[in-house]
Amino acid sequence: MARFLVRRISLGVVVLWIITILVFVMFFVAPNDVAHRIAGRNATPATVAVVRHTLGLDKPVTTQYWHFLIRLLHGNLGQSYFTQQSVSSLLSSRLPATLSIMAGAAVIWMLLGVTNGVISAIRPRSLADRGLTSFALFFYSLPTFVLGLAMLNIFFYQLHTHGIPNLPGSGYVPLTQDPYQWFVHMILPWITLALLLAATYTRLTRNSMLDVLSEDYIRTARSKGLGEGRVVMRHGLRSALTPIVTQFGIDLGTLVGNLVVTEKVFGISGVGALAVDSITNGDLPVIIGVVIVASAAVVVMNIIVDIAYAVLDPRVRLN
Amino acid sequence: MSLLEVSDLSVTFSTPDGLLEAVRGLSFSLEAGKTLGIVGESGSGKSVATQTIMGLTQNVRITGTALFEGVDLLTLSRSELRKVRGSQIAMIFQDPLSSLHPFYRVGWQIVEMIREHEDVSKDAARARAIDLLRSVGISQPDVRIDNYPYQFSGGMRQRAMIAMAMALNPKILIADEPTTALDVTVQAQVLEVMERMQQEFGTAIILITHDLGVVADIADDVLVMYAGRAVETADRRTTFYEQHHPYTKGLLESLPAIDTDERLKPITGSPPSLLRLPAGCSFRPRCPYVMDRCAEEPPLRPIDDAGLHRSACWLPTDVTGTGEAAERRRREASEAGSGTGVGSGIDALRRREA
Repeated sequence: MARFLVRRISLGVVVLWIITILVFVMFFVAPNDVAHRIAGRNATPATVAVVRHTLGLDKPVTTQYWHFLIRLLHGNLGQSYFTQQSVSSLLSSRLPATLSIMAGAAVIWMLLGVTNGVISAIRPRSLADRGLTSFALFFYSLPTFVLGLAMLNIFFYQLHTHGIPNLPGSGYVPLTQDPYQWFVHMILPWITLALLLAATYTRLTRNSMLDVLSEDYIRTARSKGLGEGRVVMRHGLRSALTPIVTQFGIDLGTLVGNLVVTEKVFGISGVGALAVDSITNGDLPVIIGVVIVASAAVVVMNIIVDIAYAVLDPRVRLN
Repeated sequence: MSLLEVSDLSVTFSTPDGLLEAVRGLSFSLEAGKTLGIVGESGSGKSVATQTIMGLTQNVRITGTALFEGVDLLTLSRSELRKVRGSQIAMIFQDPLSSLHPFYRVGWQIVEMIREHEDVSKDAARARAIDLLRSVGISQPDVRIDNYPYQFSGGMRQRAMIAMAMALNPKILIADEPTTALDVTVQAQVLEVMERMQQEFGTAIILITHDLGVVADIADDVLVMYAGRAVETADRRTTFYEQHHPYTKGLLESLPAIDTDERLKPITGSPPSLLRLPAGCSFRPRCPYVMDRCAEEPPLRPIDDAGLHRSACWLPTDVTGTGEAAERRRREASEAGSGTGVGSGIDALRRREA
């Protein structure tokens, strides 16, 4: 187990290092004159040169990368070109909002997806199965921004204009500050993300359960006289979980795309919104900071998925 | 009264291609402590019949009765049937690896079985599970109980399945091809364990197999099934030496024997599709003794005076066994009944249709 963790974590570090190189290369290859933008529209070439020098952008790319790497090894992600705020404090102020959205949405989409999948699998091709599948596919095929705006329109705007108590339409209240407000502000983003992702799990759980329920050991469980609930959950779902856990790991890691839109729609300044802003501005230190956090999330999720495998299936040994 | 009395059991599946009659009018009885061997090729309905009795078949139409100690299992509610399953009638299956849950320890699976039916503590159930594993011949049962199925060999897995099935001292053990997936040497060991458990607990066994060699080892009575019907029932001795039905004879002749150089005589052709059964006797297209009368389905009728030996064939009742004299008389009977008496029934049918 320890050896497995050391191996996977060192591999993850290598991946992160390669990603920083890629981001650096992409940034400098793309036409993007940050100094110009910071100096302003009417700046003289001399001013631009001063800005460029202050930011260290006049040095060769390799030197800049070297300085970045040395700083990074000291745990310093640098400062934003624009606000001079340190990237790590920017990130840590944005992370709670993003993690709140992810965690709540994940709980809802897993419960919704897996429950619907199990119900569909118990009675395949029944009315319930077809209904739940259509429900899932409808939301699956909606773009994030359409669903987000529709939720806003119904549960904020329409309710509000008709004088009915409504959910807040935007903003984020930290959990530590006011748990109730945190919760009500999160409801719409949670439901939006959860509905979009639940479909995958409904289909996955259904198919996985159908496979498992035709296994010989399910027949054994029934022949032992166990109740149908125990047969389905304890013997069936337990085996069907493996592909679901894999998908969950992948989804949590690659949720960034959906988060960007969700945060924008609901006016929440999280990491996703930060990513969009830094890329539009060409704020390299912030871009790299966001990319490192997002990639680290993927690496960590993969390790957790592998550990979950070993916990779920005794035949998997981590060494 | 018999322990289990199955009468006129029919099981019909509804498939996209039409109704499939997997079991047709099957009747048999099982006495306490005895072993009934049910023999037949794949698709003959032997597994469907027993699983139906246990309520394990889904989306089927069932007619007939299955009286277990006087109670019709086919009319029990789900929860009543669950109380019978495992505790009164237990089952073991063909592939012990896929029949045990791969994610749970062997002991856990046995303890689950015990605690489902009896209100005992986990420790007490565990102690019983260790005893059971020991009694089926697993060494170091106190260590092995915490193993996962994949850590067991094939023979040990089937022993563990038997231990689990015997956990509640059931009155009937249904063994569905219990040795098919095992090595020949292990097969003998597993059969021996089953016999020992039977002697110890007085359990009646229904042994489902396509292997007449296994039947010869432990069955008291034999039921031969073909295309969903019982075609011959008799005690073991009669089945092997004085069998009447040409299908039973064919099965015996396709068994390899060590002491002769004779080539095996396989039964020609393959079992009919249950969706398109031939009219009359279902074995007609493959039968070497086919006659005009076979266009009419033969009933399962008594062959001996006591009525214990029954066969569903139109051949004269005094023609039994595999000897040369019996063979000649079969041919004569077949020719007299407008059959050809030579070659396979397929040839005969084809010639008649031409």
